[in-house]
Amino acid sequence: MIEASTDALLPSPGSRVRPVRDPFHGDLLEVSMGPHHPSTHGVFRMVATLDGETIVRLKPVFGYLHRNHEKLGESTTYLASMPYTDRLDYLCSMTNNWAYALAVERLIGQPVPERAEYVRVILAELTRLLNHTCLAGFLLQDCGASGTPLMYAFREREKILDLFESLSGSRMMCNYQRFGGCRVDPGAHWLAAASRVTEGYGRFLDEFEALLTGNEIMMARTQGVGPLSAKLAVAAGVTGPMLRAAGVAYDIRKVDGYGIYPRFNFRVPLGEHGDTYDRYMLRILEMRESIPILRQALAEIPAGPIMDPKARLRGLRPKAGESYGRIEGPKGEIGFYLVSDGTPNPYRYRVRPPSLINLTILEDLCLGRTIADAVIILGSVDIVLGEVDR
Amino acid sequence: MLGTGLIKGLMVTAKNLAGSFHDPERLVTTEYPEQRTVLPQNYRNFPFLVTENAEDPMGTLRCVACQICEKECPPQCIYIEKSKDKKADAAGKMQIYPAVFDIDISVCMSCQICVEVCPFDAIKMDQVFEIATADRFTGLLLDRGQLSKPNSYFHQIHPTDAAEVDGRLAAERKAAAEKAKAAAAAAAAKAAASTASAPSPVKAPPPVSAPPPATAVPAIPPPVSPPPPPSPPPQP
Repeated sequence: MIEASTDALLPSPGSRVRPVRDPFHGDLLEVSMGPHHPSTHGVFRMVATLDGETIVRLKPVFGYLHRNHEKLGESTTYLASMPYTDRLDYLCSMTNNWAYALAVERLIGQPVPERAEYVRVILAELTRLLNHTCLAGFLLQDCGASGTPLMYAFREREKILDLFESLSGSRMMCNYQRFGGCRVDPGAHWLAAASRVTEGYGRFLDEFEALLTGNEIMMARTQGVGPLSAKLAVAAGVTGPMLRAAGVAYDIRKVDGYGIYPRFNFRVPLGEHGDTYDRYMLRILEMRESIPILRQALAEIPAGPIMDPKARLRGLRPKAGESYGRIEGPKGEIGFYLVSDGTPNPYRYRVRPPSLINLTILEDLCLGRTIADAVIILGSVDIVLGEVDR
Repeated sequence: MLGTGLIKGLMVTAKNLAGSFHDPERLVTTEYPEQRTVLPQNYRNFPFLVTENAEDPMGTLRCVACQICEKECPPQCIYIEKSKDKKADAAGKMQIYPAVFDIDISVCMSCQICVEVCPFDAIKMDQVFEIATADRFTGLLLDRGQLSKPNSYFHQIHPTDAAEVDGRLAAERKAAAEKAKAAAAAAAAKAAASTASAPSPVKAPPPVSAPPPATAVPAIPPPVSPPPPPSPPPQP
């Protein structure tokens, strides 16, 4: 129990707080949720101040998984940071690799062969499928649909992880991309297997949507919950599906056109209400847009080297300067900012993590809702604590 | 109508339940210790040192203790000490060898960077994963003896890679042998030319008289036999 001033008691405008007529009215209860709570997706803690069952204040507390990623990056060589980027957002190691490789390639002016660019697009879109599938499964888990939808999602995810394993040697810690290309050439067998997964994915999505999209319980739990306005989203620097669910058309694949994305014809789905249901639906639609991109990339991939023959693996000493490489990761803009002072180690190594920046608005989304809703809202924000804490 | 979405969802669940009895697409679980999936060839977990000869693992390590992997290892889990003497490698060339080569695999994150930077194809990725031990410190600190595995093992786990590496090494050795032969031939030709051009009548005696002192005081020592391979460290 804490004593609070009356200001804190005032519900935010539009919230559904009913006046409570009891002698204890005005007493707020502070609940610490996490860091060991399973629904916080890792070691994340929410300090929620409750009036009855309504959240009147919510403080996200993180840092439990902090492991000095940026400082480590400054004390090791450029190559040695590559495997550490896998451990940022451990669901999307391939896109993390790409963003870092892009930053270093811009710093040293390293071209990338055509085949490697196609492989990167294929891997990035597979990662998007993987991440969004996981998110949908976990969101349902948070709603209370214990196990079943999550297992269906994980069954599909396993197919993509098998692809990653046979290509890079590891399911999640891929460490696959290098400055100037990729490490291993995917053979014809691998590309055929990737095609099979791509073709089968639409069917899985149909089935998954039959299970969920029209489900009345799902709609009752998510529609109108945690709406995010476009204005707040832009002001807070939110990116990725969160921002697009709020109705802002901003996709770095379109805006920057990095890699070979301008060659692909795809649509950017947009949400209307910015609520939890929109955020779920937007991810389903993004997956549906990823499938044609994959199909086109798998059909058009040219033969050739996977690594630039002039690329150097070790002993990089970029000229003094700075670079920023950003890509549209499944969670938002993942970027790496590097400053070189001409030594083998970067002078500054900075990560722009989408999970952390999307998480900053959690309180705005949760005010006036119950704890059970906060769990779903957190699930729809899509965080991975490895990236939030770094 | 309210509830149709629920019924549709339950149909999906029913389909999955029924499918799990006959459709391998819907029942993907493997009962791990009894059933095992086939690991892909690229699968990597923990490095090992390649030896040329399975009978003499310590004597024929490809590693020449250049310490590049030690320097590049991101979590710094490799520790190498160079030898003071030299040993003949598989190609017969005298090389420094690692007197100490330790990898702390409780720190190793199997990133494969040591493999990529090794110019001698001496360190490769293993595929072991059932190495749990109750001994937390020494049990996971692998030394040279525990790390070295024969080339045939490398062929067994990564056939494509191993064939490519062997082909490349054989080509390198052939080129080196040819170069040495060419150098020897050139030296011989030069020597012959110098003997031919030297119009000295007293040229003939030295070969006759030279051998005895040479045997007495060898100007060039015969190849030192490699020091006996250090006995493998006592296994706990």
